[in-house]
Amino acid sequence: MFGIPTQALFSQLLLGLINGSFYALLSLGLAVIFGMLNIVNFAHGALYMMGAFVAWFLLGYAGIGYWGALILAPLAVGFVGVVIERTMLQRLAGLDHLYGLLLTFGLALVIQGVFQNQFGSSGMPYAIPPQLTGGQNLGFMFLPNYRAWVVVFSLVVCIATWFMIEKTRLGSYLRAATENPTLVRAFGVNVPLMITLTYGFGVGLAGLAGVLSAPINQVRPLMGADLIIVVFAVVVIGGMGSIMGSVITGFALGVIEGLTKVFYPEASNTVIFVIMAIVLLIKPAGLFGRAA
Amino acid sequence: MTAATDVLAPAAAPAPRRRDFEVVFALMAALLVAAPFVVYPVFLMQALCFALFACAFNLLIGYVGLLSFGHAMFLGSAGYVSAHAAKEWGVTPELAILLGVLTSGAIGLVVGALAIRRQGIYFAMITLALSQMIYFFCLQAPFTHGEDGIQSVPRGKLFGVLDLADNMTMYFFVLAVFLGGFLLIYRIIHSPFGQVLKAIRENEPRAISLGYSVDRYKLAAFVMSAALAGLAGATKSLALQNASLTDVHWSMSGEVVLMTLIGGLGTMFGPVVGAFVIIAMLNYLAQFGQWVLVIQGVIFVVCVLAFRRGVVGEIGALIRREL
Repeated sequence: MFGIPTQALFSQLLLGLINGSFYALLSLGLAVIFGMLNIVNFAHGALYMMGAFVAWFLLGYAGIGYWGALILAPLAVGFVGVVIERTMLQRLAGLDHLYGLLLTFGLALVIQGVFQNQFGSSGMPYAIPPQLTGGQNLGFMFLPNYRAWVVVFSLVVCIATWFMIEKTRLGSYLRAATENPTLVRAFGVNVPLMITLTYGFGVGLAGLAGVLSAPINQVRPLMGADLIIVVFAVVVIGGMGSIMGSVITGFALGVIEGLTKVFYPEASNTVIFVIMAIVLLIKPAGLFGRAA
Repeated sequence: MTAATDVLAPAAAPAPRRRDFEVVFALMAALLVAAPFVVYPVFLMQALCFALFACAFNLLIGYVGLLSFGHAMFLGSAGYVSAHAAKEWGVTPELAILLGVLTSGAIGLVVGALAIRRQGIYFAMITLALSQMIYFFCLQAPFTHGEDGIQSVPRGKLFGVLDLADNMTMYFFVLAVFLGGFLLIYRIIHSPFGQVLKAIRENEPRAISLGYSVDRYKLAAFVMSAALAGLAGATKSLALQNASLTDVHWSMSGEVVLMTLIGGLGTMFGPVVGAFVIIAMLNYLAQFGQWVLVIQGVIFVVCVLAFRRGVVGEIGALIRREL
């Protein structure tokens, strides 16, 4: 097609889907946190990196493999999030939103700086779990098992999150507390606890994305630093108002980025930002956003 | 945590007094004139350029309430253009700087027009994303020389007469640029135009209902801030004789936020104090490598949690004056 070998086209498409799953998981976490706390969590990229490092630590020091890390690392990162919320973010309630951004930016610098001091800037390999090595020959392309797993699993997590927030009782409390926290408190719901757990859950998703990416992207202290900026653009494009919106936008932009790598590689770094500019011109509130 | 410590939405600021400003400004100017005879002029030039950069940034955050998280793109792109013009085209320094300012002003016009379509937190994310785009452009464009940057930029002769190769001469030129930019910002803030900007910061819907086309005011302020940041970047590339990727990177955008925050958001002299503190810190702590980032992060956290007025803001609150 267009003189591009199908092999290259499909492998970039798959790579795009994988990046898309990380965009989706991260922007989903950002959207959940923003809905509840009104904070744009700049530390999201750093906590994503932390998730990958926890997996790496678990393997190296505790002998716990990938499957254990897939559960333990998000919990550990979520716990860090709970501590951050309780000790710091809580004090910003009632202040301008921008202070939350500045505080979490500072936290991102601290976390990334500490890991960089400890581990340098180079990447450390993390092996693909034995159950998922190898791949399938689909005739038109070779599909590595692990990559297929990342895409499917992220999709499942995203849909489960959507289901939990939109269709369960807990989710309805959450949505109500987003609309009017005071009123929900008056009904006897412990809103501050919910806020704390929401933050923990949102950054837990980032930690999960970190574990998923460890075997693909290597474990590096700065793995989240540039990613978070792209995810911000994804969030601007999708609008943070809708859970499904951020998931769809995340996957779609990953694919578009992958396709750009095939057809016009020079623009692959910037294509998402260009799309963001176009969306701002046509639909300033974002594709799935409501006008403020 | 009363609303009064929220600098971005001050409840009742003391009335500004012109005389206070004149006194403090004269003091600052006198200090800066005397400084190069005591302190290494190149360090001072660097600090002054960053001080002007922070003042330009503060024009937006402090007086319009817009947090731009991508101001490095104006500093860096103006730096590249003027360094390229001075080195490859051999133009005089004032023309090189003018070209740099025009570039950043033009970028500011485009970026500003896009970014003001969204409010608050989105504004910060959009400016950050667009500045990352400029960063990738600078990384790939041939004239920036990628990782190497543009090295040994000639300072040239100002207006074809005054040789800037001498550090002292260059310093006083940088000082003149800084003081000029500083006074211009003061003028902007205390003009009727500036009053409208403050009205937008305080209550945007009300400003709209009073008949102001808020978007035009925001865009004008954004372009001014971008051009002034460009002035700082262009001057810096001549003074320090290089232009590199550091100046367009997002960490530089973070640094200017930190300078302004530590000095005092929405104060005239705060960004200057903040810039000197941070540049001194960077020079002093350079040996500690990556720990500098950690220290910057900690300062960020402490400032946001406990020190939102910044150095100058705290002093101002103490003596009940607006500085």
